[in-house]
Amino acid sequence: MNVLVNGERCELPEGCTVDEAVERSGAPTDGRGVAVAIDGEVVPRGRWSATELRPGQKIEVLQAVQGG
Amino acid sequence: MGLEIAGRTFSSRLIMGTGGFRHLDALAAALEASGAELATVALRRVDPSARGSIVEVLERAGCELLPNTAGCFTARDAILTAQLAREAFETDWVKLEVIGDDRTLLPDPTELLEAAEALVADGFTVLPYTNDDPVLARRLEDAGCAAVMPLGSPIGSGMGIRNPYNLRLIVEQAGVPVVLDAGIGTASDATLAMEAGCDGVLLASAVSRAADPERMARAMRLAVEAGRLAFESGRIPRRLHAEASTPTEGVPELT
Repeated sequence: MNVLVNGERCELPEGCTVDEAVERSGAPTDGRGVAVAIDGEVVPRGRWSATELRPGQKIEVLQAVQGG
Repeated sequence: MGLEIAGRTFSSRLIMGTGGFRHLDALAAALEASGAELATVALRRVDPSARGSIVEVLERAGCELLPNTAGCFTARDAILTAQLAREAFETDWVKLEVIGDDRTLLPDPTELLEAAEALVADGFTVLPYTNDDPVLARRLEDAGCAAVMPLGSPIGSGMGIRNPYNLRLIVEQAGVPVVLDAGIGTASDATLAMEAGCDGVLLASAVSRAADPERMARAMRLAVEAGRLAFESGRIPRRLHAEASTPTEGVPELT
């Protein structure tokens, strides 16, 4: 299925979870300092492995940068 | 006594923004020289090519991390960004920024107040970047914000404190700490803010874009300390005419 990970089209297997999208984004795999939103809703880290992705979803994988 | 916000005490009254440094080593050196114990970070899409971790730089510098909502133009985006930051960094502190104009980067007052109310209700410790408007500052305090952070002048402008009168009014009425945020150009601007009774100063560009960020960071540290000491020490009143500091009694007759 196709999803958008940080604005990039991404082909992922059916039934995969937020964990795979985080890995695909290039974020540290332990998820430390990383946050995820799907279609404008926060997905807490504790629910990444239980949250299945659906086709067409927009997944934002974010981490700290310099700013402010 | 240091800077006390929401029951936490910081011995430094200088809060560092981390934007604009050319690389993380320059940031690390400036943080060290600044003595700051609190520093802002932003949230952006993961960049797999990025080298080094700003979170680790802050940890090594002994700085607590203060996530911001930079780049948000609506209350909705700012609220979501704050919630994401809470997930990423396990802190409920947030520097709330809701911008209303991309040329001046001035805050949008109505969106800011709406976001502040929602985030306070959601359990956040909210430090709003606000206009130098005493009425808005009071509304933000009434909404439950842990501090108010009025601008001296637009972000990155280096124009100093354009409305010292408004700043005095904000300080005079505030029941929460007042942190001057944005517009600092050089050390004397930071001192003026502290002499006006601000509880702290937050700055980034003045250090990160200085020719020598590390030395400017030290200058800011000293400026904030000097301004606070002067404020606490009670300056002399201004007077029109001179007042001799040497005794007028016992002057010899020499001719």
